[in-house]
Amino acid sequence: MTLAAGVSKFEAVTMAPPDPILGVSEAFRADTSDAKLNLGVGAYRTEELQPLVLNVVKKAEKKMLESGENKEYLPIEGLAAFNKATAELLLGADSPAIKEGRVATVQGLSGTGSLRLGAAFIQRYFPGAKVLISSPTWGNHKNIFNDAGVPWSEYRYFEPKTVGLDFEGMMADIKDAPSGSFILLHGCAHNPTGIDPTPEQWEKIADLIEEKGHMAFFDVAYQGFASGSLDQDADSVRLFVKRGLEILVAQSYSKNLGLYAERIGAINAVVHSSDVAVRVKSQLKRLARPMYSNPPVHGAKIVANVVGDAALFDEWRAEMEMMAGRIKTVRQRLYDDLSTKDKSGKDWSFVLKQIGMFSFTGLNRAQSDNMSDKWHVYMTKDGRISLAGLSLAKCSYLADAIIDSYYNVQ
Amino acid sequence: MSSRPGGKNPNPSVRKRHEVTDLFGETPHRRSTTNGRHGHGHGRLPYSSQKQSKRRHFSSTEGQSADSDRKATRRLASENMKSVHHRRIASLARHFRMEEGGSIAFSPTSATASSFAHVKQAPEDAILGVTVAYNKDPSPVKVNLGVGAYRTEEGKPLVLNVVRKAEEQLLADRARNKEYLGITGIPQFNKLSAELILGRDSPAIAQGRVITAQCLSGTGSLRVGGEFLATHYSGPKVIYVPSPTWGNHLKIFPLAGLETRTYRYYNPKTRGLDYEGMIEDLRAAPNGAVVLLHACAHNPTGVDLTQEEWEGLRKVIRNDKQQLPFFDSAYQGFASGSLDTDAFAVRRFVNDGGETFIAQSYAKNMGLYGERVGALSIVVRDPSVAARVESQLKLVIRPMYSSPPTYGAAIVSTILSNPALYDEWKVELKAMADRIISMRHQLFDALKARKTPGDWTHILNQIGMFTFTGLNKQQVEYMTKEYHIYMTMDGRISMAGLSSRTVPQLADAIHSAVVKFSS
Repeated sequence: MTLAAGVSKFEAVTMAPPDPILGVSEAFRADTSDAKLNLGVGAYRTEELQPLVLNVVKKAEKKMLESGENKEYLPIEGLAAFNKATAELLLGADSPAIKEGRVATVQGLSGTGSLRLGAAFIQRYFPGAKVLISSPTWGNHKNIFNDAGVPWSEYRYFEPKTVGLDFEGMMADIKDAPSGSFILLHGCAHNPTGIDPTPEQWEKIADLIEEKGHMAFFDVAYQGFASGSLDQDADSVRLFVKRGLEILVAQSYSKNLGLYAERIGAINAVVHSSDVAVRVKSQLKRLARPMYSNPPVHGAKIVANVVGDAALFDEWRAEMEMMAGRIKTVRQRLYDDLSTKDKSGKDWSFVLKQIGMFSFTGLNRAQSDNMSDKWHVYMTKDGRISLAGLSLAKCSYLADAIIDSYYNVQ
Repeated sequence: MSSRPGGKNPNPSVRKRHEVTDLFGETPHRRSTTNGRHGHGHGRLPYSSQKQSKRRHFSSTEGQSADSDRKATRRLASENMKSVHHRRIASLARHFRMEEGGSIAFSPTSATASSFAHVKQAPEDAILGVTVAYNKDPSPVKVNLGVGAYRTEEGKPLVLNVVRKAEEQLLADRARNKEYLGITGIPQFNKLSAELILGRDSPAIAQGRVITAQCLSGTGSLRVGGEFLATHYSGPKVIYVPSPTWGNHLKIFPLAGLETRTYRYYNPKTRGLDYEGMIEDLRAAPNGAVVLLHACAHNPTGVDLTQEEWEGLRKVIRNDKQQLPFFDSAYQGFASGSLDTDAFAVRRFVNDGGETFIAQSYAKNMGLYGERVGALSIVVRDPSVAARVESQLKLVIRPMYSSPPTYGAAIVSTILSNPALYDEWKVELKAMADRIISMRHQLFDALKARKTPGDWTHILNQIGMFTFTGLNKQQVEYMTKEYHIYMTMDGRISMAGLSSRTVPQLADAIHSAVVKFSS
């Protein structure tokens, strides 16, 4: 093919729209109004609306610098101490699955990177198998499966009428899926809705997945952030493992250890035998090598240092309870303000019932636009607000904005 | 088919992706068509730029013919179905176990067939596997000349002084936090990286024609660049890599979606460059193909082009074939000791106004191996294209890892933006390069002293971290077994792993191997 001299080989490339989530922060930064509020990306803020680096992280980094460790390549599967710590955090230190060597763990680039390795593994070893993702779900899930070449479809999840879980719809869609499908489940603190199944509902979901020969693929990005307890937030995953079901789990330490930019997470496969675990791990490595060779060491060492030191681990738990606690407090205040200001008697209690960093307000696209255009409140267009970016001081203002958008904009 | 070293694909037009129908009559998802509804989800993606679907050249049975590829895909699909049946039966059987005496009892956790039973053990990575084998060896005199990681004269890994200073600065900086970087990473890092490779006064930078994205070291930059090309390049989706090349190139590009072919490069007879073969192969390649070039210190051979040869190559690529050069720059400063000298080839190409891709790594020249710091730079003809290309580049990165890791890039940024630290870095870099050059001389002298048969001047002529010894597999295995020398099977040794103390042992091993197994 001869090309005219002087014409770019990329002339036909069109401008992509900004990322729906990360683009919100860009728009927020560009806004010059004093009243502006960023409820876009799920990054924790203090009451002063400042980013937070956890004390235990600072201590770990200081320790790491003082010990003068080298910067050699990690093995493809990542830092061994991190992999051990992360599997134990997820499944419990006394987990039989771990003791029996039935857990394959590979350090990944936070949640996204770990999901991508899992997706690439599905594409290679379960060709044609479909992944079911919740409607709605984190916006990047579909991109990950698209780029990995894995077909996907949705299962019903959010019921706008109740602003709650459409459990019957969810079960029906999982049942209808071809046997051997992968079901992407949020371990806790569903993103974007904040709506989690109850323990009884989790049991039924496990029953159905087992019956249909599906496999659960858990996305665990908020362990410790939902309830404040690391163990409680892992209940859903541990239930499946206790039942003897094989599962995939992607983990992230972006939120619960505040390590957003260090990109630290893991992909785990809990399988029936240690032989299988060894083989699965070898193939996960084979997918990582041509993607980035081996993962970054810094974040992994921070996690390993925090979890490996009893005092730091306790301090971490306290800091996490503090973060989860602040979000619960803010939820309560927002609910109180909404209920007081909205004279129509609308039930705003979903704000209290929803779990984790996010609240699905039920605002539509036009209403969400009104939030940013008129009120300088930045959120994603699906109606999601990040409570982690809300202070008590701003709850009243936010309540006004939500009420105005809900009632005065169609 | 994907990489067949030295071979030419009989069908020069881009290979079609295999159609695979899954067991339920649905075709598995392909990436990115403007009208495609992906899955059954929210409807079409609003941001795919071209109607071309990305080609996936992965085959689980790599290196085989198209026919056996289709068979393999059908076999996998059939195995998947068996796996589904297994799962159903296993799911039921899981609840029972056989008791002694033949009765069946209820047992929810009895071991049963895994859904992953069909997953085979992957072989150890050829290069990283050398270190795995080295670690297993109990011998106190073992030497690791496998992976290209710098070692001091004492055989220890090195963290540069200037890196420690930067780390201390970062730790002390109260204004720093760990918030997500943007998808393309730290802007200052990107600017400084582009200036490092292209020169601070680069016209391309001044004209706004350079897009730079922070990526995960060299590998990540190559992969992101490859995926971008597979989706957006208007030329043929095929990349030519030198023969031999770094083994991971042959895995990265096919998975990225580019058909991967080779051009002649190394001449075993001369242990130098096969310039004529290279030019001939690139002339025979399609117009507009992508051509991977090692910017300096070719890995694994250490054989580089002279300035005249670079100019000859450039004319063919730019004027005759309108091919797209994709530079892999992993050793800037490490080859000659000078950052500018080692950037000669990249700058020569970029300064002619043509479009260029560049993958940079800071693993070796800043010793930041495990931090995974690198950058992908795309130089386009036209500033108006640059913004569009950057926006689409973000769509490649976001579903891979969202945004890059901050720590290593912050270190690089700190050093490159501070004149005192920059100068200190250059001194430390030159010291590393000089130590490697002195190892070359010591090894050459040691072989000469032993009167080892053969011509060993290539040890002096080859450039950078590695020497392509010319030793064969049999000789290498012998050296590992008898002398505990660990190196890759292609005869490559990392000079960075040698010291004055271990040179004699290596020289003995080579001498012994050459005498015992004359090639």
